[in-house]
Amino acid sequence: MSDNLLKDPYNIIITGVGGQGNVMASKLLGNMLVGRGYYVTIGETFGASQRGGSVMSHMRISKKSIWSPQIPEYKADLIIAIEPVEGIRVLARYGNPAVKLLCNSHPVYPSSVIRGETGYPSPEKIESSVRDLAPDTTFMNATEKAVSLGNSILAGIVLLGTACGTGVLPLDGKDFYEAIVNRMESQQVELNMKAFDVGFRLLKN
Amino acid sequence: MSYLTDNQNNDYLLMGNEAIARGALEGGVNVASGYPGTPSSEIIETLSSVAKERNLYVEWSINEKVALEVAASASFAGLRTMCVMKQNGVNVASDFLLHLASSGTRGGMVLVACDDPGALSSVNEGESRPFARLVEIPLLEPGDFQEAKDITKWAFDLSEEIRNIVMIRSVTRMSHASGNVRYEQLPDTNAKADFRFDGPLSDPETGPVVSMIVGASELQHGPQQEKIKKAAEIFEDCPFNTYEGPEKPELLIITSSACTLYSREAISLLNVKDRVGILKLATTWPLPPRLIKKYLSVTDRILVVEEVLPILEENIKILAAEMAHEIGPKTFYGKNAGNIPSVGELNPDIVVSALSTILDVRDEGVSESFAKEAAALIKTGAPVRGLTMCPGCPHRASLWSIHNALEMDGRKGFVCGDIGCYVAGLWPGGFNTVKTLHSMGSGSGIAGGFGKLRQFGMDQPVLSICGDSTFFHAAMPALANAIHHKSPFTMIILDNRGAAMTGFQPHPGTPVNAMGEDVPSLDIAEICRAMGATVEIRNPFDIEETQQTLHHLIEHQEGTKVLILDQACALSPERKDNPKYRMKVDEEICIGGNCGCNRLCTRIFGCPGLLWDEEKGVSKINDIMCTGCGVCADICPAGAIKREEVAEYVG
Repeated sequence: MSDNLLKDPYNIIITGVGGQGNVMASKLLGNMLVGRGYYVTIGETFGASQRGGSVMSHMRISKKSIWSPQIPEYKADLIIAIEPVEGIRVLARYGNPAVKLLCNSHPVYPSSVIRGETGYPSPEKIESSVRDLAPDTTFMNATEKAVSLGNSILAGIVLLGTACGTGVLPLDGKDFYEAIVNRMESQQVELNMKAFDVGFRLLKN
Repeated sequence: MSYLTDNQNNDYLLMGNEAIARGALEGGVNVASGYPGTPSSEIIETLSSVAKERNLYVEWSINEKVALEVAASASFAGLRTMCVMKQNGVNVASDFLLHLASSGTRGGMVLVACDDPGALSSVNEGESRPFARLVEIPLLEPGDFQEAKDITKWAFDLSEEIRNIVMIRSVTRMSHASGNVRYEQLPDTNAKADFRFDGPLSDPETGPVVSMIVGASELQHGPQQEKIKKAAEIFEDCPFNTYEGPEKPELLIITSSACTLYSREAISLLNVKDRVGILKLATTWPLPPRLIKKYLSVTDRILVVEEVLPILEENIKILAAEMAHEIGPKTFYGKNAGNIPSVGELNPDIVVSALSTILDVRDEGVSESFAKEAAALIKTGAPVRGLTMCPGCPHRASLWSIHNALEMDGRKGFVCGDIGCYVAGLWPGGFNTVKTLHSMGSGSGIAGGFGKLRQFGMDQPVLSICGDSTFFHAAMPALANAIHHKSPFTMIILDNRGAAMTGFQPHPGTPVNAMGEDVPSLDIAEICRAMGATVEIRNPFDIEETQQTLHHLIEHQEGTKVLILDQACALSPERKDNPKYRMKVDEEICIGGNCGCNRLCTRIFGCPGLLWDEEKGVSKINDIMCTGCGVCADICPAGAIKREEVAEYVG
């Protein structure tokens, strides 16, 4: 693991559904990187309209400067999707053939699907269509792992751990610990560390 | 100690709103007030979290006008003070703002307005910028997160120098975005307040503080205009107005705020650094004429990049016209020429597209086949996530009962909506019950008007809905007006015990204030009764009783009535992770719509805590989403959804 970025700026999008801990995950990742001396810019799409709606955090990491809080189309380097269909939405607008996608396989159904107006794509369909566009894709059931740790909200932290474990980001558990230790209650710190470690070991290089 | 009050020169990742709050702390703010509204709320929240440590008085006021009045009093007493609101709030505060700009201020006073281009969390994309010109006060717009802090700090000095309020305008992509911010030192916290009024009326430091003296405009309007001229002079050398690019660019971009970052990105993507310069303006009203002249002189082609209305563009064109004999004719690109849209927020791609046309260059981007395949996938593989309320939201239960009561009545009754999460009443998720939607409190004002249209033969039942915070903010006068004019309508107050949509800020009906102190809470029911309304209070989770009550209120269309539907928000601390019931679907009983219910629970009620099991053909509970409110058990006509009390529930 070196301190050099694969690209400058390195562009990450964390996406999911309102209430899945998207904003928290991006904030933690941002703090870890600022702790390492990087310039970080995060643009959030959230607010009242996002209760149960699509949520995105755009993150720019640079050694040199702040960047636009919105990533240009097709310019994402890493997409962390806490919800698979949101992963598709972001991949289609911001992805490119070289993008790395880490995708939770646990769906959150849109209200139109619950009402039966539209269908939700099958896991097989999601996987094949996503891989067509982004060969470097990993699916995992982060929600299942989070629930086994006690709270589904930890899925984002599991995925964050996985992203760091793959080595594309110059970060490990120690950076994560430093980012959370002064911002959470002590029992929360322990739980979040566990979730990060579970993710970190998943795809460790 | 909070990271917000670190007194070392460290680097932190701050949200734009936190950076503004830190700037206020470094600028020695003593008093801060505001009314919650996305994207502005975190500024007051941040300041209230450090109020004790920094000896501040921080208040969530009843509405923006009162907030500005509260903040102004501190300035009159010589303190530094700040008032914060979203763009719609400036409309509310504008009456006092005009008068305040006329009376002037003493201690440094800053108004922070957060606009929402693209209406990401608003019901409009209205502009606050024109107010600065309208009421003749300076306008500052930070271009990144460091500047959000630094400009806020500087604004207090500027305000004291010109003795008037200074306006800072942020936007969603600044307020709700984050970036590195390097701290400076915090000042002492020992300010003393003293309101001096013994001097002559004309003395701005020692006399009474008043708006225009009737019939004597030259006494105050004249000096006020001298203040804005002084600001323009100061802005000529403002360090936050910067130029980057070649000495003689082919094209000059003039921009401000978050658009600065989009413009830089577009130049980088198109690799036209040697051809295009950026003049980034932090002082957008009044514009400093000599600075503008200097940069209008470096090229003949100018692109103005700004969001929504062409305000900067038009103000620059006025200067360019005045200077035309010195700087020669210019070609302007921007909104009026059709290069930049005047609807919605901007992003780097929009600026890329404008530059591509103007300079005849192209971004490489992805292959056409990738773009095509991606566009196709969005259409087929990603069902739209429509707006809906959270699982266990009391508004869903309330709107369900309102919808059913109106349907049963059959006279085409309707609901006048208001600002809050219950705007979802416009959509299928809220059963399409809401038929008008405008500004804070307007639902009740409009309903009161509809009530008087019986004179013209209208017999449709009229309802209005508003939240508890909205009731205090602007619906109380509407209710008083309706009662006084004997307007027959029913005002339904969806009391979920806090300004829930923006993050549970307190209001006059809650027992704590912004700083967490115990305060008297005003009883909404008693207020309405004192005004003369008949008042009923129900728990919206009791569907049957709520519907009966509504049926009765709608049937007898006499007088102005109030129904308070009282239930805490599903995301509130008291309900979060505290389910009352464990819900279960009895698969023996549920026959998946074959009973004639047509899948009422999932198809119509549509709580995200419910799922449709395609394979088994039955409904089921989504255990991860369900908050255990128990309402769906009463929706199911077959009685297949069961409630089981949770022993750990704290009531």
